[in-house]
Amino acid sequence: MAQAERSTIDAAEVERFSRMAAEWWNPQGKFRPLHKFNPTRLAYIKEKVCAHYNLDPNNPQPFKGLRFLDIGCGGGLLCEPMARLGATVVGADAGETNIEVAKIHAAQSGLDIDYRATTAEALAEASEKFDVVLNMEVVEHVADVDLYMSACSQMVKPGGMTFVATINRTLKALGLAIFGAEYVLRWLPRGTHQYEKLVRPEELETALGAAGLTVTEKVGVTYNPFADSWNRSTDTDVNYMVLAVRS
Amino acid sequence: MNAPRTDIIIAGAGYVGMATAVALKSSAPHLGVTVIDAAPAGVWRNDTRASAIAAAASRMLDQLGCWQSILPDAQPINEMIVTDSRTSDPVRPVFLTFDGEIEPGEPFAHMVENRLMNASLREKADKLGVVFIEGAPVHGFDQGDNSLTVRYGDDKSLQARLLIAADGVKSRLRDMAGIKTVNWEYGQSGIVCTVAHERPHNGRAEEHFLPAGPFAVLPLKGNRSSLVWTERTADAERLIKEDDFVFDAELEQRFGLKLGELRVEGVRKAFPLSLTLARDFIKPRFALVGDAAHGIHPIAGQGLNLGFKDAAAIAETIVDADRLGLDIGSIAVLERYQTWRRFDTVQMGVTTDVLNRLFSNDNVPVRALRDFGLGLVERMPRLKGFFIRQAAGLSPTAPKLLQGQSI
Repeated sequence: MAQAERSTIDAAEVERFSRMAAEWWNPQGKFRPLHKFNPTRLAYIKEKVCAHYNLDPNNPQPFKGLRFLDIGCGGGLLCEPMARLGATVVGADAGETNIEVAKIHAAQSGLDIDYRATTAEALAEASEKFDVVLNMEVVEHVADVDLYMSACSQMVKPGGMTFVATINRTLKALGLAIFGAEYVLRWLPRGTHQYEKLVRPEELETALGAAGLTVTEKVGVTYNPFADSWNRSTDTDVNYMVLAVRS
Repeated sequence: MNAPRTDIIIAGAGYVGMATAVALKSSAPHLGVTVIDAAPAGVWRNDTRASAIAAAASRMLDQLGCWQSILPDAQPINEMIVTDSRTSDPVRPVFLTFDGEIEPGEPFAHMVENRLMNASLREKADKLGVVFIEGAPVHGFDQGDNSLTVRYGDDKSLQARLLIAADGVKSRLRDMAGIKTVNWEYGQSGIVCTVAHERPHNGRAEEHFLPAGPFAVLPLKGNRSSLVWTERTADAERLIKEDDFVFDAELEQRFGLKLGELRVEGVRKAFPLSLTLARDFIKPRFALVGDAAHGIHPIAGQGLNLGFKDAAAIAETIVDADRLGLDIGSIAVLERYQTWRRFDTVQMGVTTDVLNRLFSNDNVPVRALRDFGLGLVERMPRLKGFFIRQAAGLSPTAPKLLQGQSI
């Protein structure tokens, strides 16, 4: 009896996760902004990883042989493209639901991705090392930026690289990324971002430097409302990405 | 049992389907591309029609490595004249003339026979490893989690990440996908045939706006021209069934005798004209290209060019997405194609519709107005230049292949 009941619950859970997976991956749904944003950051990652490791960008699987970590992977929007490009990918997220959702979707996509419900600190503790650590849109949500950045940085192999994407702590970001995106356009639920938790590039640079990484590039990402698209720019006042390497 | 897998299935082996296949396979050789066509092998050789290839489309064919083999049989359009007249007018005043070059040595369009263009595209596709399945109609398709299964032929099926429908204006796949259309019948039909004449045409194209609709003469290689002759549907049906003597007399009245004696080559056919625009160009793992997405009035000779733009845009969209590791059949990826093509398509559909309404009538004030308009265009070189560039399909937002660049 108990056995039957448990399997019913499991089926219901799987059903719920599947529906959430569909939501995560619906470009017109709740995560539309991420889907819109994704090609821009993917293009940046691909270009920089290929340049750093001297890989041929026209090879269909240029990342073969590289080990990637995507920290705060959510439904796997970054992990799956990296896996398709040949990378060995570990996707980590503190949210167990996200991990279940990501696993279901990867199975549907026929991709082999190592998803784990864990934290950056726990992975670092276990001495995990990676060629590329992707740290996208997470740092503005953590309680202790320095501690978190130190854990993430530890996992970058010598000669490896890391990408950090976040939102700057400026008045412009308050206006556009918080007031604009959460209150006016309603792209994100209210309270997704808190102003005081936003991170300035120089704060990231200090934290990365303390962990032995060198920032080699900073690039802004700006939204063009007329084309409904995101583009790289020199304006780092709102969304920006930082690239750092361990020599 | 699981069906065999490929990456992309293209349904329809007309020039749009073939151009899509070649564009994809030459930029991303690792993607598996299969073309499925309902027509039995070799039937495409019976197509006697010819098409106007605008400069942008020939740049694309060149980039795909097909233009060099077509060029010897392509007739450049060196000059184009437009008249507005009644059928019985003995002399038709010329309102508009276009010199045919957009850049020195590059005419704004060429006339090419469809089967030559198709032969060149097929040969290239074959070399690139595109798989052909002919004589096999598609019966339906089912959506899976990360793929779609297409049922075709006698009880066969094939899985793919993306299905591209290039099966023409009456697209069955569009219906299967549940995509609705906006449809407008013109009540006109286009009579299409090839005419041999005694004297050379010197690469001159003519478009006469007659009351029943446009009558276009497009130069082919040798002393031959391709005709697109618009009549009210009932008249067109009657005309193609008339015996040669009556048909030739009607033809002569419109064509004139300036190129000497005329002789109709091969068959004459009439195609009912309509404006058909698909409400959506995409669904998950599904995209429409060419006439399946849009059938427009042939008044401006833009059908093929829109189709080639679709082929270039979908290929660029897919190849770019694939290079970023994105799922090539996902709506997130296909949205770019739809946004890119829909506005241009609707604009062209509306333009040709307005042109047809404006010119296919004999109302005196309307005639006065349109002649005044044509006269203005003739006198303003920059405006004329704009129209020529539009007709040539050259615009800064055009897909890379149409600008003569690789993806």
